[in-house]
Amino acid sequence: MAKITIKEVEHVAHLARLRFAPSELEEFTSQLDAILQFVGKLESLDTEGVEPTYRAIEIVNCFREDEVKPSLPIEKVVANAPESEDGAFVVPRII
Amino acid sequence: MDNVLNLDISQLRELLDKGELTSEELTTTYLDRIKSVDEKVHAYVTLTEEDAIKQAKKADEIIRKGEAAPLTGIPLGIKDVICTEGIPTTCSSKMLENFRPPFDATVIEKFKAQGAVMTGKLNMDEFAMGSSTENSAFFPTKNPWDLDRIPGGSSGGSAAAVAARMCVASLGSDTGGSIRQPASHCGVVGLKPTYGLVSRYGLVAFASSLDQIGPLTRSVKDAAIILESIAGHDQRDSTSLPMSVPAFSKACTQGMKGMKVGVPKEYFIEGLQKDVETAIQGALKAMEDMGAEIVDISLPHTEYAIATYYIIATAEASSNLSRYDGVKYGFRAENFSNLMEMYKETRAQGFGMEVKRRIMLGTYCLSAGYYDAFYKKASQVRTLIIEDFKNAFKKCDVIAAPVAPTTAFKIGEKVHDPLQMYLSDIFTIPVNLAGIPGMSVPCGFDSEGLPVGMQIMAAHLQEETLFKAAYSLEKGLGLDIQWPELT
Repeated sequence: MAKITIKEVEHVAHLARLRFAPSELEEFTSQLDAILQFVGKLESLDTEGVEPTYRAIEIVNCFREDEVKPSLPIEKVVANAPESEDGAFVVPRII
Repeated sequence: MDNVLNLDISQLRELLDKGELTSEELTTTYLDRIKSVDEKVHAYVTLTEEDAIKQAKKADEIIRKGEAAPLTGIPLGIKDVICTEGIPTTCSSKMLENFRPPFDATVIEKFKAQGAVMTGKLNMDEFAMGSSTENSAFFPTKNPWDLDRIPGGSSGGSAAAVAARMCVASLGSDTGGSIRQPASHCGVVGLKPTYGLVSRYGLVAFASSLDQIGPLTRSVKDAAIILESIAGHDQRDSTSLPMSVPAFSKACTQGMKGMKVGVPKEYFIEGLQKDVETAIQGALKAMEDMGAEIVDISLPHTEYAIATYYIIATAEASSNLSRYDGVKYGFRAENFSNLMEMYKETRAQGFGMEVKRRIMLGTYCLSAGYYDAFYKKASQVRTLIIEDFKNAFKKCDVIAAPVAPTTAFKIGEKVHDPLQMYLSDIFTIPVNLAGIPGMSVPCGFDSEGLPVGMQIMAAHLQEETLFKAAYSLEKGLGLDIQWPELT
């Protein structure tokens, strides 16, 4: 398995909406590389034709009656927001 | 009064119902105990003293009316990953330090409906990511058996609080061993139920296909009583199994005649501490003496379980934790000039290193060009691991093995080597991948006096068989719960 580069780590950090200081980035790259080398051992296993498992139980189409039920009150929901106004979340200007 | 600290739920139930003890007295005794002991152990993130007394008074009224349920008036601690209305639910993270959920998790609703008493919220590895509780953003929890050692994790606070008698029992969550491993390290019983048996509504999500809530207790019977109380179908969790709840506590009977106990050779490997192996062999002998038949089995894909887990769990985590963006709840960074910077600064400052490491690994595994090689591949290996268990359970009723390769390690010992830390979960992870139940039952001590747990596993929804085996082991070993001296 090819070694992961600092550049790739920076790219993944952007995808994950994270930011690292240059010194952290270096430490992270080598730790991530060690972990990736370790999980890379799965490559050696033949899984041709094996169905993947995405959940450990067999439930499909979990239906319930389509009934209107009470929602959480807005003031309780926005009470945890870093910034809110008139029952809405406030974020930096986007457009 | 102090001796009530030693009693389990059934014993307390009798005293409470006879009127020989009130929940208020019991709760006060526990709160006093917490105040005198927790400065050494650091198990509690939030102590809910006033609410606990109010709940106890209410419980005493229910008991006086003769309407007590199994948990009425019993002081219980809750891992800080389970939502409690109006009470901080931090996940031991700076990100949620001030988060007060607007609703109760289903398991908390069920506790409240019975009139159980909540003592407080218990410390954990941040977002349940870790095996030592050292990843808590607030402080590490100490092992009550040796304060220089870790209590295990991620439910370290839940295990330490039960072992140090700072609650009668507690709830934890288990994604890769987070109930069973700390239970083993602290000498208490810990159960991860079958996936889907207990509602995850209100459990802050780490890896949704693996997470499950379960009890940490001082006896097998207590674990059965609590599971009976929290299990059951919930429309608010689409992975909750539509089924009625068996009477698990009735399955706690002694005797293993005719029961086949499978011992997987892959769990007795190099790196398994000698004292741990000795204790496990002793437990197997006790099972044999009670009429169990020990059979050799093989779980051939065990060596791939950790790699499989760290791809699937981190992939799911990277998606689940994308919700912490500084908008709806939780921490928001102060200095930013646009939305993207707000996201990045908030997450860079709000998450600890292990959480970031796992988000990064999961994001990488799901990113364009790597999905097939990592996530799909791991999901295929997961199928092979499940088939291993299915084949094994054709030959045996339960599987017995160590919970962890070693007893509790020293604080700081593995903190700078994430891979070594991951390897300590080698025996617990396969159970989560397969969705089957697993329990840690105390089975002895190592030469330094640290507890060792045996892990008993059963097939999907075979909790009753699991309880029978675990209860028999507990009684057969004659190891009534022992308490650390906390010196």
